[in-house]
Amino acid sequence: MFGLKTDWSLDVLPRYFTLEDYEGGVARWCPGCGDHAVLAAVQRICRDEQLAPEKTVCVSGIGCSSRFPHYMKTYGFHGLHGRALPVACGVKARRPDLHVWVATGDGDCCSIGAGHWIHAVRYNMDMVVMLFNNSIYGLTKAQTAPTSPVGLKTNTHPGGAWLPPLKPTAATIGFTNASFVAQTVDWNPAHLHATLDAAYKHKGLSFVQIMQRCPQYTASIFEEYQQDPSRMLLLTHEDGINIDPAVARIYPNQMSHDPSDLPEALRIANRDDTLPIGLFFRDPDRPRYEEITALGLDMTVEEKLTALNKELDRFAI
Amino acid sequence: MAEKSTRTAGSRQSTRIHEHIVEIVSDSGEGAQKCGQTFGTVSAKMGNGVWTVEIIPAEIKPPSRSRAGASGIRIRLGDHKITNMGDEANLVVAFNEQVLYGRISQKSYRPGTVILLESKWAGDPSPEVQQAYTKALEDFEDRGYVVHELAMEEACLAHTSNPQLGKNMFVLGILCEIYQRDLDKALAEIAAVFARKGEGVITSNQNLLRAGAQFARENVDYCYEVPPMPGKAELLVMNGNQAIGVGVMAAGMEVVSMYPITPATSASHYLAGVFDKVGAFVHQAEDEIAAVGFAIGCSYAGKTACTITSGPGLALKTEFIGLAVMAEIPLVIVDVQRGGPATGLPTKVEQGDLNAAIYGSPGDSPKVVLAAATIDECLHLVITARKLAEAFRIPVILLTDANLATGVQPIRRPEVREEWFAPPIDQSPWKEGVPPYDWDPKTGLSPRPIPGQVGGEYVLTGLAHTRQSHVAYDPEANQYGQEMRSRKLAALRASLKPPKVHGDEEGDLIVVGWGSTLGSIEEAVDRARAEGYRVSSVHVRFLSPLQPGLRSIFLKFKKVMTVELNYSDPPEGLMDKTQPGRPAQLALNLRARTRRDIDYWSISPGQPLSPGQIYDVIIGRLNAMGVTPSKTAETVSRS
Ligand code: SF4
Repeated sequence: MFGLKTDWSLDVLPRYFTLEDYEGGVARWCPGCGDHAVLAAVQRICRDEQLAPEKTVCVSGIGCSSRFPHYMKTYGFHGLHGRALPVACGVKARRPDLHVWVATGDGDCCSIGAGHWIHAVRYNMDMVVMLFNNSIYGLTKAQTAPTSPVGLKTNTHPGGAWLPPLKPTAATIGFTNASFVAQTVDWNPAHLHATLDAAYKHKGLSFVQIMQRCPQYTASIFEEYQQDPSRMLLLTHEDGINIDPAVARIYPNQMSHDPSDLPEALRIANRDDTLPIGLFFRDPDRPRYEEITALGLDMTVEEKLTALNKELDRFAI
Repeated sequence: MAEKSTRTAGSRQSTRIHEHIVEIVSDSGEGAQKCGQTFGTVSAKMGNGVWTVEIIPAEIKPPSRSRAGASGIRIRLGDHKITNMGDEANLVVAFNEQVLYGRISQKSYRPGTVILLESKWAGDPSPEVQQAYTKALEDFEDRGYVVHELAMEEACLAHTSNPQLGKNMFVLGILCEIYQRDLDKALAEIAAVFARKGEGVITSNQNLLRAGAQFARENVDYCYEVPPMPGKAELLVMNGNQAIGVGVMAAGMEVVSMYPITPATSASHYLAGVFDKVGAFVHQAEDEIAAVGFAIGCSYAGKTACTITSGPGLALKTEFIGLAVMAEIPLVIVDVQRGGPATGLPTKVEQGDLNAAIYGSPGDSPKVVLAAATIDECLHLVITARKLAEAFRIPVILLTDANLATGVQPIRRPEVREEWFAPPIDQSPWKEGVPPYDWDPKTGLSPRPIPGQVGGEYVLTGLAHTRQSHVAYDPEANQYGQEMRSRKLAALRASLKPPKVHGDEEGDLIVVGWGSTLGSIEEAVDRARAEGYRVSSVHVRFLSPLQPGLRSIFLKFKKVMTVELNYSDPPEGLMDKTQPGRPAQLALNLRARTRRDIDYWSISPGQPLSPGQIYDVIIGRLNAMGVTPSKTAETVSRS
């Protein structure tokens, strides 16, 4: 950091980026909204990793959290509802040099864009996918989300949400070729930062479900966990998310979980009696789609013209 | 069309002809299409003009020996450029007599049409089949067809244990002999067609070809000579979907992002086999929406991409195309049209997507729509589309159709050029102070920052936005943004040339067409003109923005009529005559954009229009106007 090397010599970087270099427009989320914390964490990681803003692309869909790119001073793509992932995969396909961050909500990812969710995980292209789960549709004003808890009163289900909620983390672990699945909460900045940092450093699609408070519509949902950390379960492991022991101490309930253990990851993700946070699953060796999408990038125009002419010969009389 | 000069080839009469229409008709699954495509390709490679049209059964799994099951192919070949499927066939090879009825109902034959008919049905164990066969023979005689019964399947048995599967190459041999095709070319073509199946399959099919040729020498006592087209231009033989694939490569695209859909998919099949040779790749997405989204992602990141689809896929992509309009992302969408709406006629041709292409998006969504009229244009318009998409920062929809997709034709070999390729992406620093939408107030054009360009960072949004790409909900910003996007179409239109009129530039009637009907329309117009009618035609390639100059062209004709392959109500409507009918799609657009009274004739039979059909309509319209050839010979004064 700061160009200071371990032998105390100083490399003067040609460009050094400060937090300000990643700060876009003033965030217009409600006060107390969990999204603010995620934005701060990502900006910090960009700064710590010195990601060139011009080489960083934030892609989102539609929803409260999908305004994310507007508040970053990088390249951004605020596209269509549910369609962040196909765009992000397209961005990455022929531009492996770009750092891609995807901001998507529980409606965006797990409802209207659910098909893309499955397949993007399978493509496993190198990017961080942040699922902001506030268990409600915020932007369109309090409709039931696929993750809304049973009984949650919404504008579309005034009598209370009826169907059992989707479990995005468990689902993602189950998708073929998943390579990094983690879960964190917006109200613990240290864990949030450590999780996103590990996600960034993982090569492949890193899926991070962030439990995100929406004081506007679902203030009560995560309150109990926030008030009483003993309701939560901290996953620990030397290959997992490592946080300051002082922070970890808040959580009386801890469990060592080896992130290479997929069946165990699935069991934990399906638990209803607690809210587990940490790294559920990681496999750095899963195939990444860009291994084939980015082939041929180094071909010269001459080589292409020669190949094309040879191809035309096949049709010649 | 036969010339008088005849000569003998061996013991047989050889007739030199200008052109012939050949059909191979069978139950589906008997390989007639493969046979015909190979015959067409060999003919084209011998320098003939060629046009092929697949005959697709009306049902998906039709019973054998049924009229609805007529499956096969038509090949029109000649000593000149062939631009359409023509009218009635000269020679037909049929694997059973019932499928012929499927074609008869479509007026594919005339008295004198020669039919080489599989004769085994005469001895079929089922008396009903025998009877049906005999009855059909009598009927064919009444209709004036010249039927030659041939025991093709029996002859095949000597060379294959399953004549059902091998018959098609045997028939190819028969046709090669009758039309004196270069057998070596046919053998080479078989080797290419079956390359993936291995030596054994190639050899047995080649043997069947030789056997078929031998069989024809022994059993058919005539043959034809079709001289090559004049001229020495280097030619390529391909179908429309292959031409799209070649166009994609010649345009220097790096990605084709697709989802399987008939009849578009074969373009991607073709590319999947060769695209890596030019350093590019085919992405098979999880659905149509993802296919276009992926292409948009590539394009946003500065890499050229296109998506190839058909009607239902175009419908699914609508929202993303709207985003590309709004956020000004270059994108090429190829729509190989089939019958619609919904699943419609998946394998059959229709020109039904014009309005969907131009208007199919909520809000005002100006985009470029082009239509290819020939296989040659399938190739070149992809290159044009990419250039326009980037120059105008806009999505471009290229319309082709099922007829072009499978039609095989010789086209002039393009000289591929570096400037057709997308230029390497610009990664130089973005000019300071220039916003991401630095609209030229006159043209709406603006340069585009690409990720990687220092200082160009912006957030692309589908929301209404300012020049800075800042979300803006105020009335002025919205109106201004819409105007800028619309101005791009006006600017493009101003740079286009008016279309060329086929025939005289004034007269009684001008026929307006678009897409794959070009050849049939022009042939029909030529026929009418040869009889002294004052009729011309014009073909539109740019549908949005509409090519300029049409209004002035139309003013010189008494009547303007579109001919289209889509559904329309009769002009007087379907109920009372006070409510006009829903017009054909081009006609609707021409009425609005040229402020002329545009007549139309359109049908949606799921097959190409023949020149004869169009000729009849032309004469009908002219007669209704009180115009006859004698009258048209005089000068008629016009307002
Ligand atoms: S509605 Fe909820 S999720 Fe949306 S910005 Fe406000 S607090 Fe955040």
